[in-house]
Amino acid sequence: MSTINETRPAEALRDGDPDVEQERADTKPLGGIAGWLDDRTGGAKPASHFLKKVFPDHWSFMLGEIAMYSMIICLLTGVFLTFWYVPSMTQVVYNGSYVPLQGVTVSDAYSSTLNISFDIRGGLLIRQIHHWGALIFVVSVFVHMTRVFFTGAFRKPREINWVLGTLLSMLACIEGFAGYSLPDDLLSGTGIRAMNGFVQSIPIVGSYVSYFIFGGAFPGEAIIPRLYSVHVLLLPAVLVGVFTAHILFVVIHKHTQFPGPGRTNNNVVGFPLMPVYMAKAGGFFFIVFGIIALVSAVVSINPIWGYGPYDPSPITAGSQPDWYMGFADGALRLLPGFLEFDTFGFTWSMNIFPGSILLLPIMWTVIGVYPFVESWVTGDKREHHLLDRPRNAPTRAGIGVAGITAYTVLLFASGNDLMAIKLHLSINDLTQLFRLLFFIGPPIAFWLTKRICLSLQRADRQKVLHGRETGTIWRYPDGRFEEIHAPLSPFERWALVQHESPEPLRISAEADENGVASPLARKERVRAKLSHFYFNDRVAPPTPSELEAAHHHGDEVDEGHLLTGEHEAIDPATTGDSSSTPRETIKADRKRST
Amino acid sequence: MKALAARRRHPAAIAVLILLGLLVTGGAYSFLAPKQAQATTVTADSVAQGKKLFIGNCASCHGLNAQGTGEGPSLVGVGAASVDFQVGTGRMPLAGPAVQAPQNPGKVKFDEAQIAALSAYVASLAPGPAVPDGEYTTPIAPGDEVAAGQTLTNSQRIARGGEIFRVNCAMCHNFAGAGGALTRGKYAPALTGTTPTHVYEAMITGPQSMPVFNDTNITPAGKQEVISYLDAIDNQTNVGGMTLGNLGPVSEGLFAWVFLLGLMIASAVWLGKKAA
Ligand code: HEC
Ligand code: HEC
Ligand code: HEM
Repeated sequence: MSTINETRPAEALRDGDPDVEQERADTKPLGGIAGWLDDRTGGAKPASHFLKKVFPDHWSFMLGEIAMYSMIICLLTGVFLTFWYVPSMTQVVYNGSYVPLQGVTVSDAYSSTLNISFDIRGGLLIRQIHHWGALIFVVSVFVHMTRVFFTGAFRKPREINWVLGTLLSMLACIEGFAGYSLPDDLLSGTGIRAMNGFVQSIPIVGSYVSYFIFGGAFPGEAIIPRLYSVHVLLLPAVLVGVFTAHILFVVIHKHTQFPGPGRTNNNVVGFPLMPVYMAKAGGFFFIVFGIIALVSAVVSINPIWGYGPYDPSPITAGSQPDWYMGFADGALRLLPGFLEFDTFGFTWSMNIFPGSILLLPIMWTVIGVYPFVESWVTGDKREHHLLDRPRNAPTRAGIGVAGITAYTVLLFASGNDLMAIKLHLSINDLTQLFRLLFFIGPPIAFWLTKRICLSLQRADRQKVLHGRETGTIWRYPDGRFEEIHAPLSPFERWALVQHESPEPLRISAEADENGVASPLARKERVRAKLSHFYFNDRVAPPTPSELEAAHHHGDEVDEGHLLTGEHEAIDPATTGDSSSTPRETIKADRKRST
Repeated sequence: MKALAARRRHPAAIAVLILLGLLVTGGAYSFLAPKQAQATTVTADSVAQGKKLFIGNCASCHGLNAQGTGEGPSLVGVGAASVDFQVGTGRMPLAGPAVQAPQNPGKVKFDEAQIAALSAYVASLAPGPAVPDGEYTTPIAPGDEVAAGQTLTNSQRIARGGEIFRVNCAMCHNFAGAGGALTRGKYAPALTGTTPTHVYEAMITGPQSMPVFNDTNITPAGKQEVISYLDAIDNQTNVGGMTLGNLGPVSEGLFAWVFLLGLMIASAVWLGKKAA
């Protein structure tokens, strides 16, 4: 560092350079602390880019935010809990202020959790916020996921984000399970006990894996400290990492929007992040926090003092995991016992293994690959930034509802004992019913949903062609009655006709010149079948010519009004009119010719 | 115990259980603890009054001499405790066929004297467990005092009652005594609001699917501790707030899905409607 303030010769070389320093000072609007920071980090540009991001407004777009905020709430309250929680299975005599447990030998983990609940100011509230926050976190992740699914927001270019989301939902469940086990109370201990059984049911290696996890025979002394590391260190780090990537992708892809006037595949109509969306989102954080805090202040959750300390011999009626693990518990309850058998000196616990261990990877894999399967079947490789109204993708909606039905049956099955008491039914009958429902429920749900979507589409079509029913009945001089249909505004109509309705993929070349079925053709045949499954029943939106015809039919009262300027509204969606060849066929043609 | 557990679902289990219950209460109990103090003074008078009541209200099912019919089991040897429990909790006289006689505390058909008379009559047929006196049915008050003949403080005895409860009863009645389901529509009822005497009698008579807990199994002092524990959790302030029926994660999950999510979505919709 030189303190002499004279121009050195080398400086002369830069004479022609623009004066960067000067320029930045001139153009930069930032002063004060923000300017000081920008000078040192160069953060203003990306930040302002980010802050000018536009977000569309729809309540269902906030579901992801509920998940994000409740995750943050869990992270914050979790830190508080770590100050007092002792992750150890060392046995101590409880001497805190909860009378019905005084003098009982319990583990350090349990006793410290009791202390948080009874002897640390605000401890119980924070514990309850942490637990209610965790429940609503996983709830909102799942509901967010269904929103993304039914609106088709997972389509290109957002498939990776869908996979990340799938991963997040799985991690969230596992994180919840690990945390739920930490207090070492009777109920969560039963959960760990069950987990031990699940692990042992893995064919051949089960018992080794169990010894590995528990550091010896169940329960051992290792499981609580291990789950603690997983719960406060490993999984939160992974969750926050994947979540950050997830949000970055949302920024990169921009948010999707529902179709509407002025909203195209190439723009985002909404409010900029700063200040409007920031204010809304910031406000929403406090609303979410407020709701969780309020509920935590008045409704008890996981009263571990009632469950008592963990001890391998007792068990309580109504032992269930937290709801997000309920589906696996339910699957376990539904699996019949006779599936267990012995061969080759091994026991194959097929009465446990499929429901407890196998189900998890299967479920999340099916969810994760769905976007790829759909785009393969539909042959749709284009980018989509406009959301589908769920009814406009009837088969997808049907598949989604079928999946939700199967999941819900399993979830409810895990509460079969409580249902039996509350509804005065036999638990055996309920179990049989759930077994049946698991198989027939999804197809019925699929069929029903698809039918409902198709009739909604038909209703939309009617509405576009004949206008909205007004409920006003006119009587003509000749005695005829007619209900008056009011014309839709071009804006209303646009929302009902903008979507496309692909025709099923047709495939012609099934064999090559020599009559040998080519593997490609076979694959394409499967694809054509699936495409048929997706698009066979379709209700196409009205085309301009159909609309024209409807007008000449004279259905509306005020034709003159209708005929002005509605063509702009209807054209963009149906360019090329009804005669246009659906893109799937084109695609297949190209494949055939190669 | 394991083999027994596996056969619980067998159709004959009910019959076997009732038989066992009768045998155990009527037979084994009188051997093991025959000298329990009789709570009500039995007079020939009350036995006669009890017989009259019995013939009027119970004989249609239990037979004129309580020997049992197709409609109801024999009551010979079930003891005064069983009658006091069954009639005092409103289970008997049975209103109609059901998988199990439901408790009906609001609709006890007889007053205390009549129940005592009925009990005296049934007890006069053959020896059986008697109605307990107050010694072991008064809940222990929490505190640091050590009662005579005890090594633990009162609070610690309540806590030990909790341990006994969790080991012996929670699997059917739930950790908080909120009740639980058994096979084929049978259930272990909620214990909240059951009087200490009835709790004691339930343990020594083992109504229906419930096992008998005789005095070697759980000592009278242990039974008192269980009663005290149930009393303590019944009377404690729910520090966490509303308990949602103490049904564990199922009710919590339901609450989160319906109430919490409902509130969240309602406020999201509300916020979405707010003009920018
Ligand atoms: C409608 C038929 C019916 C009537 C009336 C009836 N009972 Fe019962 N009772 C039963 C049946 C069935 C059982 C066995 C199953 C059960 O406990 O639910 C039973 C069981 C009992 C038991 C328990 C026996 C044991 O093993 O411990 C007692 C005690 C008893 N009854 C007393 C009475 C008395 C006292 C009355 C009259 C006030 C009465 N019952 C009226 C049908 C009846
Ligand atoms: C195998 C399951 C089982 C176990 C274990 C069990 N019970 Fe029960 N209990 C029952 C059933 C079933 C009934 C209902 C009997 C009836 O309705 O006649 C019952 C009834 C009762 C009642 C009467 C409740 C009322 O409201 O009238 C009490 C009190 C009771 N049990 C206490 C206990 C206690 C204390 C223990 C532990 C020492 C225990 N039970 C263990 C199954 C069980
Ligand atoms: C830790 C849990 C999660 C958090 C905190 C979270 C958060 C968010 C947020 C805030 C958004 C932007 C707003 C929105 O569309 O709601 C978003 C978008 C998205 N999320 Fe999630 N999410 C989570 C889990 C999931 C899951 C489980 C999936 C699906 C498997 C998923 C898939 C997506 C997709 C595809 C988008 C882009 C949607 C679009 O732009 O319309 N996310 N997420």
